[in-house]
Amino acid sequence: MSSAIQFDPIRLPPECEALRVEVREFLKEEIAAGTFDPITAPYRDGFNPEFSRRVGEKGWIGLTWPKKYGGQERSFLERYVVTEEFRAVSAPTRVHFTADRQSGPVLIKYAPEDIKMDILPRITRGECSFCIGMSEPGSGSDLFAASTRATKTDGGYLINGAKVWTSSAHVADYMIGLFRTSASTEENRRHGLTSFLVDMKNTPGITVNPINHMTGVHEFNEVVFEDAFVPDDHVLGEIDSAWKQATSELAYERSGPERFLETIYILTELVRSLGEKPDKRGAEGIGRLVAQLHTLRRMSVSVNGMLQAGKEPTLEGSIVKDMGTQWEQKLPLRARELAAFVDEDAGNRADFDELLRFATMIAPKLTIQGGTTEVLRGIIARGLGLR
Amino acid sequence: MSDDNIIIDATTRIFQDLCDPQTVTNAADASWKTPLWEALEESGLTQAWTPDDLGGAGATIVDGFDVLRVSGEFAVPVPLAETLLAGWLLSRAGIVVPPGAMTIAPARRGEQLTLGNDGALVGKARDIPFAGEAEKIAVIARRGGTPVVALVDRAACAVSEGSSLAGDPRNSVGFDGVVPQAISEPVDGLDEDALMQMGAAVRAAQMAGALQAILDISVEYSKERVAFERPIGKFQAVQHNLARLGGEAAAAIAAAGSLADTIGRAERFDDQVFLEVASAKIRVGEAAGEGAAIAHQAHGAIGFTAEHILHRFTTRLWSWRDDFGSESVWAVRLGEMVAARGADELWPMVATQ
Ligand SMILES: Cc1cc2nc3c(=O)[nH]c(=O)nc-3n(C[C@H](O)[C@H](O)[C@H](O)COP(=O)(O)OP(=O)(O)OC[C@H]3O[C@@H](n4cnc5c(N)ncnc54)[C@H](O)[C@@H]3O)c2cc1C
Repeated sequence: MSSAIQFDPIRLPPECEALRVEVREFLKEEIAAGTFDPITAPYRDGFNPEFSRRVGEKGWIGLTWPKKYGGQERSFLERYVVTEEFRAVSAPTRVHFTADRQSGPVLIKYAPEDIKMDILPRITRGECSFCIGMSEPGSGSDLFAASTRATKTDGGYLINGAKVWTSSAHVADYMIGLFRTSASTEENRRHGLTSFLVDMKNTPGITVNPINHMTGVHEFNEVVFEDAFVPDDHVLGEIDSAWKQATSELAYERSGPERFLETIYILTELVRSLGEKPDKRGAEGIGRLVAQLHTLRRMSVSVNGMLQAGKEPTLEGSIVKDMGTQWEQKLPLRARELAAFVDEDAGNRADFDELLRFATMIAPKLTIQGGTTEVLRGIIARGLGLR
Repeated sequence: MSDDNIIIDATTRIFQDLCDPQTVTNAADASWKTPLWEALEESGLTQAWTPDDLGGAGATIVDGFDVLRVSGEFAVPVPLAETLLAGWLLSRAGIVVPPGAMTIAPARRGEQLTLGNDGALVGKARDIPFAGEAEKIAVIARRGGTPVVALVDRAACAVSEGSSLAGDPRNSVGFDGVVPQAISEPVDGLDEDALMQMGAAVRAAQMAGALQAILDISVEYSKERVAFERPIGKFQAVQHNLARLGGEAAAAIAAAGSLADTIGRAERFDDQVFLEVASAKIRVGEAAGEGAAIAHQAHGAIGFTAEHILHRFTTRLWSWRDDFGSESVWAVRLGEMVAARGADELWPMVATQ
């Protein structure tokens, strides 16, 4: 077959299941201690430095990284288990998740050794938070239209311009940002952008302005740069060539469990609402949703296992993100339909309604953040040989 | 499901040579059937799930599912899947497996046959695939309430006319008064439901193969067909539809592959297997509906013709999704199980393996 799609039937090895037991125990204790409540956690901001520090003490941040940087050199499948167990109960991971998933691996690949030795261990301790500065007012899906400039000066660069939608910029210690160091060329419109590490707490000339979500939550921001100085050794990778630096991390980023579990609480509470003996309509509805969830998880575990085994399931990874985000977006809609006839006074109806309101409100972002459906389908079409 | 696999290669070669979808579509009669079936029997593929000592090829469970996935990639219109399934059932019950085309019964949830004290069967089974072309039928029947396996001569049964959406035989079979040629002792865990689960798994594998095929056919067509002076595959709307088809095919391949692997490692049809079977039959069945619609849309009118091969795949997808329990049938069962266990058991049930 020409486009043979492959999903090896990967099974999590025994060390993963042992780790899962440990993680569940930890989360149970945190919930019991009142650190967070899975029923209300979805609409909290997820920012909890003490919790992140305790996760760090467990060694669960930077789990796959080299030991000299504070990591555990464990497998991506073990990291998978930690991530999915945290997501399943909506644990507050905002402090460390971006650094753990994206920023740390970029630093490991492109930062100078002394910076790695300084920052990475702090990330693994849960003490260091990152944000990602890519989107701008005039550049979203079309990343390569970015215009915020980094101009060469003595010993470094001066940054001028603005990033938008920057999640966690108001709390982050660092940003990994994409800035223009040269104009694009006729031959290559992707040319001219460079990736930088920016110290968000100690750099004069950076202003972070909150932008509220339509839910009222303050999660993303506008970040304005006015002659903000970034030293030479904070350049990550090749000048003008950030476009070459899309690495295999991208496949991990696209295919992780967080790509379909963002609204999972609504399925759990739907099952609770419908009770032990749902009617046929309720049972069928739950059955289909569980089958879809199970299939997404098998796809996602498979992609992660293939990556760990050194394969390159690029097409499969993009498919997981597209299908996963579609599913988690439609989940509140299906749950709403299936709960339509549940007794108003039924046990958890109030919790369910509250969560449903929230899930309905945040559903639109799920197919926009981290690259839209349309962009993703373009990538899949390329993988199929159509572009 | 690795592709550098001799069984997959050998199977693919037989179908390429003797069951090419366009050749079969163009054929004036069914004379292609005999050489195809002979090649399948000679290669041992029809007995892949029968151990050597019971007359078979003794391939692994996963090998057999690979063969079935490949047969789906060619929309194979002979009872290979049914014969494999019958061989699996008979050999699990210790009955020597005869050569020739076979099928199984019952194939619908809730249907039961009984074996009377006089040694004759009573009952009727509906929607039996390929009963009209099978020489033997492997059945599960109740003897004093206990399920046993029996081998029946098809010629002794009352087989109705009937066909699936794809034109393959699908018949009601009356067993009243039929005396089986062999009857097994009861085997722990081998009952109508185990057969339903294995049948559903077989159809999931075939559908996954067919979805991969219609994805490939649609992508190739979109690169060749020109409209408004460019290949239609250059239009973003078409690209995005095909990306969705890719996703549906991917879900089917992943679900069916995981299921095959799970059955291959399982000792019995336990809850883990049930979750995999139900999920795969539901999700692959959904993919069959969504995927077939997209493939037809991409083909325009030509794909709606008798002479094009697309319908060989889409009509089988529509019909296979109904066999051994539709999405709805399995979803109600799965949903009832999840509900009975309770909300807090949902995640632990999904998050294993
Ligand atoms: C909750 C949230 C958090 C975010 N956090 C961050 C962050 O931390 N850091 C960061 O850098 N960014 C962040 N983003 C921004 C996000 O990456 C962008 O919103 C996204 O890339 C889309 O860009 P845009 O909003 O400018 O939409 P546009 O690019 O303007 O797109 C608008 C619509 O047009 C479609 N479209 C655009 N181009 C094409 C095309 N070629 N073909 C077909 N359709 C097209 C899009 O798919 C979309 O439907 C966040 C967004 C959200 C919602």
